[in-house]
Amino acid sequence: MTLTDSKSAVNDDRPLLGLLSGFIEELRNAGLPVSLTENLDAMEAVTHIPIEDREAFKYALGATLVKNHSHWRAFEVVFEVYFSLRGPEYEIFDGDTSADAPVEDDAEMSGEAQASGGGGGMSALTPEQLAEMLFKALMQGDDAMLRALARQAVIRFAGMEPGRPVGGTYYLYRTLRNLDLDGLLDRLMEATRDDAPGDLSPLEERLERDEFNDRMDRLKQEIESEIRRRLVADRGVEAMAKTLRKPLPEDVDFMHASREEMVNLRKAIYPLTRKLAVRLARKRRHGRKGPLDFRNTMRHSLSYGGVPAEPKFRFPRPAKPEIMVVADISGSVAAFARFTLHLVYALSGQFSKVRSFVFIDGLDEVTRFFDGVEDIGEAVHRVNTEADVVWVDGHSDYGHAFGVFWEKYGKEVGPKTTVLVLGDARNNYHASQSWIIKELKHRARKVFWLNPEPRAYWDTGDSIVGEYGTWCEGVFEVRNLRQLEAFVENLV
Amino acid sequence: MSDEDVNFADLDGVRAALADADYLADDGIAGVVYLAERLGKPILVEGPAGTGKTQLAKSVAEITGSRLIRLQCYEGLDESKALYEWNYKKQLLRIQAEGSDAAWNDVEDDLFSEEFLLTRPLLEAIRAEDPVVLLIDEVDRVEVETEALLLEILSEYQVSIPELGTVEALQVPMVFLTSNGTRELSEALKRRCLYLYIDYPDLDRERKIVTAKVPEIDANLADQVARIVRSIRQLDLKKDPSVSETLDWARTLVLLGVKQIDAAVATETANVLLKYRTDIEKAVKEFADNPDELAGPAN
Ligand SMILES: Nc1ncnc2c1ncn2[C@@H]1O[C@H](COP(=O)(O)OP(=O)(O)O)[C@@H](O)[C@H]1O
Ligand SMILES: [Mg+2]
Repeated sequence: MTLTDSKSAVNDDRPLLGLLSGFIEELRNAGLPVSLTENLDAMEAVTHIPIEDREAFKYALGATLVKNHSHWRAFEVVFEVYFSLRGPEYEIFDGDTSADAPVEDDAEMSGEAQASGGGGGMSALTPEQLAEMLFKALMQGDDAMLRALARQAVIRFAGMEPGRPVGGTYYLYRTLRNLDLDGLLDRLMEATRDDAPGDLSPLEERLERDEFNDRMDRLKQEIESEIRRRLVADRGVEAMAKTLRKPLPEDVDFMHASREEMVNLRKAIYPLTRKLAVRLARKRRHGRKGPLDFRNTMRHSLSYGGVPAEPKFRFPRPAKPEIMVVADISGSVAAFARFTLHLVYALSGQFSKVRSFVFIDGLDEVTRFFDGVEDIGEAVHRVNTEADVVWVDGHSDYGHAFGVFWEKYGKEVGPKTTVLVLGDARNNYHASQSWIIKELKHRARKVFWLNPEPRAYWDTGDSIVGEYGTWCEGVFEVRNLRQLEAFVENLV
Repeated sequence: MSDEDVNFADLDGVRAALADADYLADDGIAGVVYLAERLGKPILVEGPAGTGKTQLAKSVAEITGSRLIRLQCYEGLDESKALYEWNYKKQLLRIQAEGSDAAWNDVEDDLFSEEFLLTRPLLEAIRAEDPVVLLIDEVDRVEVETEALLLEILSEYQVSIPELGTVEALQVPMVFLTSNGTRELSEALKRRCLYLYIDYPDLDRERKIVTAKVPEIDANLADQVARIVRSIRQLDLKKDPSVSETLDWARTLVLLGVKQIDAAVATETANVLLKYRTDIEKAVKEFADNPDELAGPAN
C-alpha cells in the first residue's frame, strides 16, 4: 500500500533513527531477541525502501528483526504503534461520545466527527443510513468503503476520551456492540439466499458465510487499527506500546490465557511436538552407542584379517521410561493438564508405555481414550468431558485422589515407572496423604511434580506443594509452553 | 546483466517479474527478495511444507537468468557432499598407473589437483563465474555441525582447501535457505540471514496460483477450489492442505471434468487434499452437513 494521500510511515517530530531505535528497544522489551547485528541490518535495510511505502518498510524491518514466526504478531503490534499514521485527524477530542451519552444523538456526533476531520461526508448520516452502507459494503466486499466505515464507527461508537488509561479492547467492544455484526451476518446470508437462482446447498451456504466472516474480520481489524491510531495520538508511542505489551506465545501463562491466547497455544502445540519428536529421536540415535565392546570388536575383526576395522559398541540398556501421568483437571489447572497430556502422548514413541490418570476429588484412568487414536486433541477433549473424576463435590482433593490411585494402581508402579504429578497442589484444606507420594517414590524410578503456578505462590493459602515436594525427585514450575518443552526434553 | 537490473529496480518490478514466471508473490515475499538482492544477504525461508519455498528460489533464478545450484539437505549430509571431496577411486587408479618408479612428490602434487577434485554444490556456487542462485533446501534436516559449516561459508563466501589453497567467490550469489521448521536453527545462522515466513496464501493469491499452474481450469472452478481450501484451513486439522495439495486437487477436478464442486464431489476427492483419515472425516462432516445446525465455523 502506497500512502501518497497520507502521512509517510515515519512522519514524526523525531528523526527516523531515533524512532527506529525506540522501536527496537520496545521489541526487546516485548521479549524479542534483537541482536546488535540485526539492529544495524534493519537500519541499512530501510535506506533501500522508499520511505512512503509503509508495507515495504514493515517487511524490511520484519525480515531483519524477527527471526521466529511466532513473534510476528508481537512485532506487528509494536510496528503499528510506532509507525502508525499520524496527524490531527486522529486526535481524540473531549466530548467524544462518552459511555453515558446516547450514541444515537446525531447532532452531537456529526459535530465531533467534523471536528476530528475524519469520515469524509459520513458524519451527516443517520445511524440507519450508516448501517445500510455497512451492509452494502460487506455485501460487495468493498474494502475502501469498509475502511471509511470503520473510522466512522469508531468516531461514533467507541466513546473515546482523551487521557483515559484504558487499552483498546474496551473501545473495540463498544464499537462492535453498536454495529451488531451477528445480526448483519444473518441479513447478509438472507439476501444471498434471495439472490441465488435456486436453493443454496449446505456447501454453498458455508462458503458464503465464510466469505462474509472474512470481510467482517477485515472490518474488525480496521476498527482496531483506527482505535490504536487514536490512542497513540492521544497518549504517545511509549505509553501505548507498554499498555499493549503481551507475552509471546511460548510465555503465555496456562492458567491465565485468554480465549484468543488459548487458540494460539493450541495451534502452537502441533509444531512443538513435531519439533520435539524429531529432536528427541535424533538425540536417542546419537546417544545410542554404549561403551566399546572389546570382545565383539575382536570377533568381527576376524573377517578383516584380524584388523579391528569395525568397532562394536555395547548397547546401553534400552532406557525408555514408562510414564504414568496423574493430573488434576479441575478449573484453572485444566488447560495445563490438557497441554501436558497432549505433549506426552504426542511423544509416546519415546516411552515404553504411557498411562494417564485424571482427578478432581475422584480419580479415573483415561489411558483408554488414547489407545490407538490418531487425533490426540480429540482424546484430550474426551478426557475433559467423559472422565469420571468427581467423588463428592468436584473441588480438588489431592489426598483422596492419591488414596484411590494408591489402592487401585499402586502395585503397578515399578522401578521402570516415572510418575508425573500435574497440579497446583491446592488441596482445599483436605488431608494431604503425602505418605502416598513417599511410597510412590520408593517404588518408582522417579516422581516429578509439575506445578503451573508461579513459584511465588507455592505454599500460600491452601497450596501444599512443598509438603508433597519433599517426596519428589523434583518439583518444577511449568507455567508456559517454553517451560513445558524444556521439562519434557529433559525427561526423555 | 541488464535483465536483472530491470527486475530489481524496485519492489513492484520484482513482483511483476515473478508473476511473469508464474510465481505469485505477496508484499512480504517480493519485499524480502528485493531487499536480499540489495543487501547481498541470504534469505532464510520458513513455513509449512508445500507453500512455495523451494519454488521461490527456482523462480528467482529464472527471472534473473541465473543458474540454480541446489544443495538438498538430509540427515548425515557432511562436508564431502556439501562442499568438495577428493575422487579417491581415480586417485588410486593413478597411483597404480604410475608404477613404483615415479617420484612420490610429483605424484602427490598431481593427485591433489583440480583433476581429482569433486566439486559439490557449495564450492560450485562459490567458484561460479556466471550468475547463480544457491538453494540450500530443507536446512533443518542437517546436524548442528553441518549448519556451522554452512554458516561459515555464508559469512565468508570463500573456501579453503588445504591442498589447493583458498577459493574466493567472484561474486556474492543470491542464497536461499529453506526450512520446514522441524527444529530451531541456530541463532547465529538466523542472524546472518534475512527471514521470510511463507504462510498459506490468502484467497486471492491462491486463486491466482491455481489459475497460473493449472491453466486449463476455468475461472469459476478455480475460485471455488480456493474458497473451499480456505474454509478447510479454518478447521482445526492435523494437517492443513498445502498449496501443492490445492494444485493436485484442482488438477484432479479438471481431469474428472468437474464444472461445479458439490458436496458429493468434494467428499469423493477429499483424499487428494487431506492426508489424515480424521481430517477427511472432519471436513466431510463440516461441509456435507447443514451449517445452520452447527454452532458456526469451527476454530
Ligand atoms: N506462490 C506460488 N506461485 C506459484 N506456484 C506456487 C506458489 N507457491 C507454491 N506453488 C506451487 O506449489 C508447489 C509446492 O511448492 P514448493 O516450493 O515445492 O513448496 P515448499 O518448498 O514450500 O515445500 C509447487 O508446485 C509450486 O510450484
Ligand atoms: Mg521445498
